[in-house]
Amino acid sequence: MSAGGLSAGGLRDRWARLRASDLYYSFRRSPTTVAATIVTLVFVLGAVFAPVLAPHTPFVPASIDINDAFKPPAWSEGGDWRYLLGTDNQGRDMLSTIMYGGRISIMVGFAAVALAMFIGILLGLSSGYLGGWYEAAVMRVADVQLTIPAILLALLIDGVARAILPANTKEDYASLVLVVAIGLASWPQYARVVRSATLVEKSKDYVAAARVIGVPSPAIMLRHILPNVLGPVLVIGTLGLALAIIAEATLSFLGVGLPPTSPSLGTLIRVGNDFLFSGEWWITLFPALALVILSLAVNLLGDWLRDALNPKLR
Amino acid sequence: MFAFVVNRMLQAIGVMLVVALVAFVISTYVGDPINNMVGQEATHEDRAQLRKDLGLDDPAPVQFGRFVADALQGNFGISYQMKRPVSRLIVERLPATLELVFVAAVIALALGVIGGVYTGLRRNAVSSRAIMTISLVGVSLPTFVIGILLIYLFAVLPKGCIHGFYLFGQLLFTCAELAAISLPSFGRGDTVDIGSWQSGLFTADGWRHLILPGITLSLFNLTLILRLVRSEMMEVLRTDYIKFARARGLTNRAVHFGHALKNTLVPVITIAGIQIGTLIAFSTITETVFQWPGMGLLFIQSVQFADVPIMTAYLVVAALIFVVINFTVDVLYAAIDPRLRADRAATGRA
Repeated sequence: MSAGGLSAGGLRDRWARLRASDLYYSFRRSPTTVAATIVTLVFVLGAVFAPVLAPHTPFVPASIDINDAFKPPAWSEGGDWRYLLGTDNQGRDMLSTIMYGGRISIMVGFAAVALAMFIGILLGLSSGYLGGWYEAAVMRVADVQLTIPAILLALLIDGVARAILPANTKEDYASLVLVVAIGLASWPQYARVVRSATLVEKSKDYVAAARVIGVPSPAIMLRHILPNVLGPVLVIGTLGLALAIIAEATLSFLGVGLPPTSPSLGTLIRVGNDFLFSGEWWITLFPALALVILSLAVNLLGDWLRDALNPKLR
Repeated sequence: MFAFVVNRMLQAIGVMLVVALVAFVISTYVGDPINNMVGQEATHEDRAQLRKDLGLDDPAPVQFGRFVADALQGNFGISYQMKRPVSRLIVERLPATLELVFVAAVIALALGVIGGVYTGLRRNAVSSRAIMTISLVGVSLPTFVIGILLIYLFAVLPKGCIHGFYLFGQLLFTCAELAAISLPSFGRGDTVDIGSWQSGLFTADGWRHLILPGITLSLFNLTLILRLVRSEMMEVLRTDYIKFARARGLTNRAVHFGHALKNTLVPVITIAGIQIGTLIAFSTITETVFQWPGMGLLFIQSVQFADVPIMTAYLVVAALIFVVINFTVDVLYAAIDPRLRADRAATGRA
């Protein structure tokens, strides 16, 4: 499974080589990928710097005016150029709420992927390297978990967390609960890929050499094998980010995610959905559009990365 | 074949036991059932007595055994929120979900196979490229966004003649006509009772209510099947026996449908079977968007209100459906394709 150009060497070394060669070249050659990267960067930067860049501060009650509620987008009749994408039922600027909402969505997405990756790498690496009954047990758990769709598991974990947490702290821990729910629901993919890559790597000479000179097992796994299995992990991590962002939005839309006081994109869509029937389409459709563009861009990036790191397609 | 079936069955039972264990742990250790049953004024002794009467003092394995025995008889306790037996609630809600999933599966399979054959045969036609581009968008739209969009386009806009930007519609129809063809966006509409099965499949109103949620739920699987059939068709059309069939002078029709399509169907059936499981999972989302009174909506509400008995019962029922589907697909697959039987039985034993 070792992707071409990723066989040995430290992380920095590899980056230099990647930039100088195929990956960077194939990146430049694909306009879709460049566009997807720009879109993703715009979203990430807009999210990170939302407090600076957003034209309004929608979650400071003093700064919003209820008289500005339900303003349509600026270009349509009755619009106001102070509110480019219109305002919601409380007079909050849609563009700003989307920027803040995207901030939360992206943070939860990254954290969930990081958690899934951590568990997946830990279990995949150790089970692939150690083998035996431990490997069988880990893979059986992964198999059983994979029979049930991830979104149901995330819902279930979310529900259990809600039952355990005292009622008054539910909202404080909402984003943490989401990260744990989505992360725990999606680790098996990572574990499977890492395990199969580890099985390939561990039979190679460099691992045998390390073992002969007495390097302890944890060091072999982390310093020698791990860097060589990171390529495929990066690919599913990128695709997983899009899935995690959609999963978070779905849970929030279903009303079991983030509360309206600190809304993510999914919460915004859910709240706005109530106004769809009275014709205020922009309150729900703009956050939905943002979600779709963001997940599409990240998906395209992941697809490109998968093809670019696959030596068979060169 | 017999060994293979037994092997798969044992695996399925193993999965169900693990799921039952998880459900047992959740229902036993999440929340205190005693607190949910007794009033505020119950004394410590009352609580201890009740705990003993209910067998909550017993060792965990004994309690687990009792949990499995209860579950096998369909007894999952009483909903905290609705104060009714969970099994009754699930039996009431199951038909709505199954009908929705059935309609979605039929839409996905029919349109997916037709579209896949079409785009596979006319690879370079403009229409094929258009279908493929649209299907790419379909894959990246989250289910609930599809639902919201469809509601807006087919329920809200025509009904209200809102904003005047439904211009295309207004050129062809008057507002009153538009309102008449607008589709309902929530609930099941008129249903007919067949025994204890409430069905919306036998009334016109029921079908009108099924259209939007059915399309919403099917769209992802439709694109999946379409892409699968397309790539399988393209693969098969390159093989030698297609060349020979053409050389024999068979009509295009016979080659395409008698030879090519027939050979793409094995993987399609497998994927389609497994995808029915995901349809059931994603019906929770569709049911919430369309306020469809099925099992999925019940589950979402139980998650919102931390209603543990319903959550665990849903977990067990959903897992049972997935396991049964996977088992059936595996066995069917082996029955259709004897090569797999040998392979799989061998790896299964190892």
